[in-house]
Amino acid sequence: MSAPLRPSRPATVGRVVFITLALIAAIGPVLYGVLLSLRPFSSIAAAPLDLLPSLDEVDLESYVTAMVDESAGGFGLGRFVFNSLLAALGTVVLSLLACIFGAYAAARLRYRGRRVVNSIILMVYLFPGIVLAVPLFVMLSRAGLRGSLVGLLVVYVASTIPVAIYMMRNYFLALPESVEEAALIDGCSLPVMLWRVVLPIALPGVVATSIYVFMIAWNEYFYALLFLVQDRTLWTAPLGISQLTDFQVPVTVLLAGSITVTIPVIVLFFLAQRYLVSGLTAGAEK
Amino acid sequence: MTTSSPRISRWGRLSRSQRDNRNGQLLTAPSMVLIVLVAIVPFLLVIVFAFSDVRLVDIPRLTPWNIDFTLDNFTRAIRTPSFWAALWTTVLYAGLTTIGSVGCGLALALALRRNFRGRGIVRALVLVPYVLPIIAAVTIWKTMLNPQYGVVNAFGREVLGWSAPIGFLNTASAEVWGVPVPVSLLVVVVFEVWKSAPLAFLFVTARLQGVPGELEEAAALDGATGRQTLRHIVLPQLRTVILLLVLLRFIWSFQSFNDVYLLTEGAGGTQVMAIRVYNELITRADIGASAAYGLLMTAILTVLLVGYVLLSRRKEEM
Repeated sequence: MSAPLRPSRPATVGRVVFITLALIAAIGPVLYGVLLSLRPFSSIAAAPLDLLPSLDEVDLESYVTAMVDESAGGFGLGRFVFNSLLAALGTVVLSLLACIFGAYAAARLRYRGRRVVNSIILMVYLFPGIVLAVPLFVMLSRAGLRGSLVGLLVVYVASTIPVAIYMMRNYFLALPESVEEAALIDGCSLPVMLWRVVLPIALPGVVATSIYVFMIAWNEYFYALLFLVQDRTLWTAPLGISQLTDFQVPVTVLLAGSITVTIPVIVLFFLAQRYLVSGLTAGAEK
Repeated sequence: MTTSSPRISRWGRLSRSQRDNRNGQLLTAPSMVLIVLVAIVPFLLVIVFAFSDVRLVDIPRLTPWNIDFTLDNFTRAIRTPSFWAALWTTVLYAGLTTIGSVGCGLALALALRRNFRGRGIVRALVLVPYVLPIIAAVTIWKTMLNPQYGVVNAFGREVLGWSAPIGFLNTASAEVWGVPVPVSLLVVVVFEVWKSAPLAFLFVTARLQGVPGELEEAAALDGATGRQTLRHIVLPQLRTVILLLVLLRFIWSFQSFNDVYLLTEGAGGTQVMAIRVYNELITRADIGASAAYGLLMTAILTVLLVGYVLLSRRKEEM
């Protein structure tokens, strides 16, 4: 870099201080949560300012208590995590199936109704989910699907499709169109061509979109609260942890549960970070 | 052969645009069916409910023919002072969050623009609040702010000499040097800024990568200071992405339910519109009122969105 662009000394110091503060703000709370989840509650209540646990008091007791079933003296978070896993994986499979088709059409085909479809998808993406909660609550009650994971799944799939289509479309747009045309001219039907030609090249995009959809469904709280709160056996992990907050559950157990649901998300995100970021921000580069 | 030949000829007779039409409509059909079922139909129902007197107990007997249409939900909402209070709280919450989130994201993106050793790791770590599941973020924050064992109050009492712990999540207003401060509202704003600034950071960073370095080098050679280059060369190129981020963040925060509800359940002067919609539906079992509040929220957001579209169109013409 050329000399005239080198910033002044105070500017550099200010930048380093700012970045350090931002880092502390970003990961400080998370570290705090992790450290507290390793200590017995009594020690936190006695010395809330001692952030580092002493070595002899570190244990994973809170994690065990959080995960095991009520019958074994725990809080049954294991089952909530399993419910979340079912809902999230189901959402990924169904949403990805629908969005791969939809995104391919949005990226490549000039069909009648394309503008309407694209604007509906954008509107749904921006639309207040809380407003739709009222009629969805009524509709699912009438259909007998409120209080079931199936009803939740339908809502999750529909609400992740717009953003999934948007992401997949960006990946498809970046692929060379000539290969697809060659395959079609060679007599491949469209579904076969999608499966054999497009998907293998777009695999990073498919993985990134899957992870993003998984994260949305895994983190979702509002619809789970609305539809499933009456049936404890169906609670998802976010709903379960928030409901347990209202009972007199030790905060270390709640933190242990929170860290447990965080770990898969953080791992997945950093595995696919590069693809995720480019897919999410593709619109910003123009 | 006899079964497949007519199919081939039918394929052959379709022109490229006819084939694209058919394929496009077939491929989008699954997505559209779901979206119509879970978003469009419900939205039409919101309009119906908002203009009718429906309660939760009426649901099993509800048919299109026995709905009583009325304007009561809206007139009652407009006459209630708490409706206006909720609207003001929501606007304040969304406005402050937008400024904080986009401002922090922008500052962070600019600070991390120049390469240094370990920048990749720093960039990844500042994304943690955005990736963190909301329930984990809330549980950690509630613990930090707890009056009995939270680290913030412990620090305040032992180091800063506070006489009593502060109930950060249920204090509607507290005097600080004689000025009333809406404590809990500010806490939920700071929480949302913390959670959403990384997304703004991502978008600004992506846009910054498209800003050519030559212009800045030329400006620097001509004697422009760092501040001048930032103001007259870098920021103008970021205007579109900042405007888009402001719009999106305002829309999302305006309808935000999870963050506020999980932190305070609407206590301490943080009852935003989304929590009112939820309370009318679940606590008071009044579907009509709930739908009316929701429809009013939608109307406000639609006005904003139309304004944005008009604004960006006029800029393009200029």
